[in-house]
Amino acid sequence: MNILVCVKRVPATGGRIVLTADGSAIDVRFLGFTVSPHEECAVEEAVRIVEARGGSSTVLTLGPAVAEEQLRDAMAIGIERAILLETDGRDWDPVATASAIVAAVRAQEAVAAPFDLILFGNESADSGGFQVGIRVAAALGRPIVTGVKALQLGEGRIVARREGAGGGWESFEIPLPAVVSVKEGINLPRYPSIPGRLRAKKKEIERSTPAWQPGGLEKIVLRLPKEEVTAAEVIGRGPDAAAAVVDLLDRIGVLDR
Amino acid sequence: MSAPIFALVTIAAGVPERTSLETLTVARRLAAETGGPLEAVLVAAAADARSTAAALAGWGVATAIVIEHDTLTLDHPDGWAAAVAQVIAARGPAAVVGSGTERGNDLLARVAARLSLPMAANVVSVAAGDRYRLVRQRWAGSLLEECWLDAPVRLLTVAPNAVVVGEPDGTAAPAQERLAVTLGPADLAVHVTSREAPERGRISLAEAKVVIGGGRGVGSTEGFGDLEELAGLVGGAVGGSRVVTSAGWRPHADQIGQTGLRIAPDLYIACGISGAIQHIVGCKAAKLILAINTDDEAPIMSVADYAVIGDLHAIVPAISAEIRRRSAGG
Ligand SMILES: Cc1cc2nc3c(=O)[nH]c(=O)nc-3n(C[C@H](O)[C@H](O)[C@H](O)COP(=O)(O)OP(=O)(O)OC[C@H]3O[C@@H](n4cnc5c(N)ncnc54)[C@H](O)[C@@H]3O)c2cc1C
Ligand SMILES: Nc1ncnc2c1ncn2[C@@H]1O[C@H](COP(=O)(O)O)[C@@H](O)[C@H]1O
Repeated sequence: MNILVCVKRVPATGGRIVLTADGSAIDVRFLGFTVSPHEECAVEEAVRIVEARGGSSTVLTLGPAVAEEQLRDAMAIGIERAILLETDGRDWDPVATASAIVAAVRAQEAVAAPFDLILFGNESADSGGFQVGIRVAAALGRPIVTGVKALQLGEGRIVARREGAGGGWESFEIPLPAVVSVKEGINLPRYPSIPGRLRAKKKEIERSTPAWQPGGLEKIVLRLPKEEVTAAEVIGRGPDAAAAVVDLLDRIGVLDR
Repeated sequence: MSAPIFALVTIAAGVPERTSLETLTVARRLAAETGGPLEAVLVAAAADARSTAAALAGWGVATAIVIEHDTLTLDHPDGWAAAVAQVIAARGPAAVVGSGTERGNDLLARVAARLSLPMAANVVSVAAGDRYRLVRQRWAGSLLEECWLDAPVRLLTVAPNAVVVGEPDGTAAPAQERLAVTLGPADLAVHVTSREAPERGRISLAEAKVVIGGGRGVGSTEGFGDLEELAGLVGGAVGGSRVVTSAGWRPHADQIGQTGLRIAPDLYIACGISGAIQHIVGCKAAKLILAINTDDEAPIMSVADYAVIGDLHAIVPAISAEIRRRSAGG
């Protein structure tokens, strides 16, 4: 199985988001970077499938040169190859992102074995467009199932399972080559080992620089939602607070049952 | 007359889904702004759709479009996308408004991909114009983005729980129009091949009135015993932060937040949880939040209503003991 996984570099925002003065971006001066948990799981899934079935795994990102960090993170847990579609830091909308990924897939498949499976996150952590995987699948003429929380491999086919709209589970059996967008929970990603990190550090990264293109969706400005910022009322300290807590539970009626 | 505004309305058990009412609310406002008629495209099996078009009285819908096809069911995501694309081609709407649910985003993104149109997911407000000016959610709603959507047909989904739905008014039930679509085998190739019913039994996190959430401060799988005990006493359910699911202390199904569940209990007790924005988006719909944390400056303190400062492993068992003492005392 040849598998491609697509990930996006995003700031690891913690307790609150701080914007730059002009509201054009998140102030990332004091932040680390990561990828969506869904994408971490997509990376883990690719590594597991190749461990079980043989083949090769590749990780791809469209992002600034520093997104190399996220490619090496993926290689540290076992992805073999990495492709960086380098941007100048401008935002790429989902249409433009998908078309750059499609061009890269076509270029790869023209010179090497096709990808049996392309894995995406269900949605990116930051912009949450819910669409890049669907667009790539459509352009390549391959089936896609979104929101997948379990994958089972057959001969030339896969069964992709996701939560049903009204609870329970629904499964799709689709032929390969296929595209799947996954959600956190499909597996429990491993932590990278130190030798894994060292190996990843030395690996080649294939680079290209696609030209920026407009896609129809253009950011004007970011702003924080107006939310009530409360200051929690401290009703006690340590175990002595138990009586006050139970009074509270009583008052809101949760002890009546 | 101006081009119509489409609302994609999902029908479940004979009535529009709650999120579809949010969709209708946004689409109706847009129709009023552009002067176009509001048309509902019913996303349901044709038999259900035909009998429920009348349920749209009061929402300002001029026409309900029932898609007719012999074998198309809700189990065919590409089939629905192809069908909606054909209705768009037939009636030329200025905009198509769908729901920002998992299925709603999936459907409209498939339509967008087929028609090579941009799409904006999880929009909270729209201003029409040559280009539409939108406000949409990023980071699951922790951040808002104002943006332009520039396209001949504007495709957008409405973020769930972000729009206030009014009461239905006196507008008449829509006229019903049936539109037969033609689908090829490729459109129907991706379909649900098997289904499993939901498990019954324990109180689900999504429905529990009281949720006890545990974070890194809980320390281990065993550490959740104290939380389980309290949950048992108050008829609640136990959930957790991503730290505890990543560590394997709890299954991912128990994760609350951006990449887990969104909950809305009467009371959320956050134990040993710092309050990262990705966690808060999952629990901020709780009516009350009580934080139990050793750090009185943790970010959770600015979203919680009440707090107890200290070690959760001393505090939580003391709360359980106090509940027992009072119920024994009568
Ligand atoms: C794209 C993305 C998506 C994410 N999705 C989610 C998600 O869905 N859900 C989620 O939860 N997180 C999510 N995260 C992770 C999130 O950013 C935080 O890392 C996580 O929520 C932190 O979990 P925590 O509060 O348990 O741990 P920490 O941040 O480490 O906080 C632990 C807290 O416990 C307190 N504490 C320690 N010991 C005790 C004690 N004995 N008694 C009382 N208090 C104690 C500490 O003071 C501290 O406040 C996501 C991150 C990203 C980037
Ligand atoms: N810049 C990018 N580079 C690589 N993959 C991306 C990029 N943006 C989005 N993706 C992939 O597409 C998925 C869906 O993104 P989105 O449509 O933005 O929600 C993400 O989870 C990633 O797997």
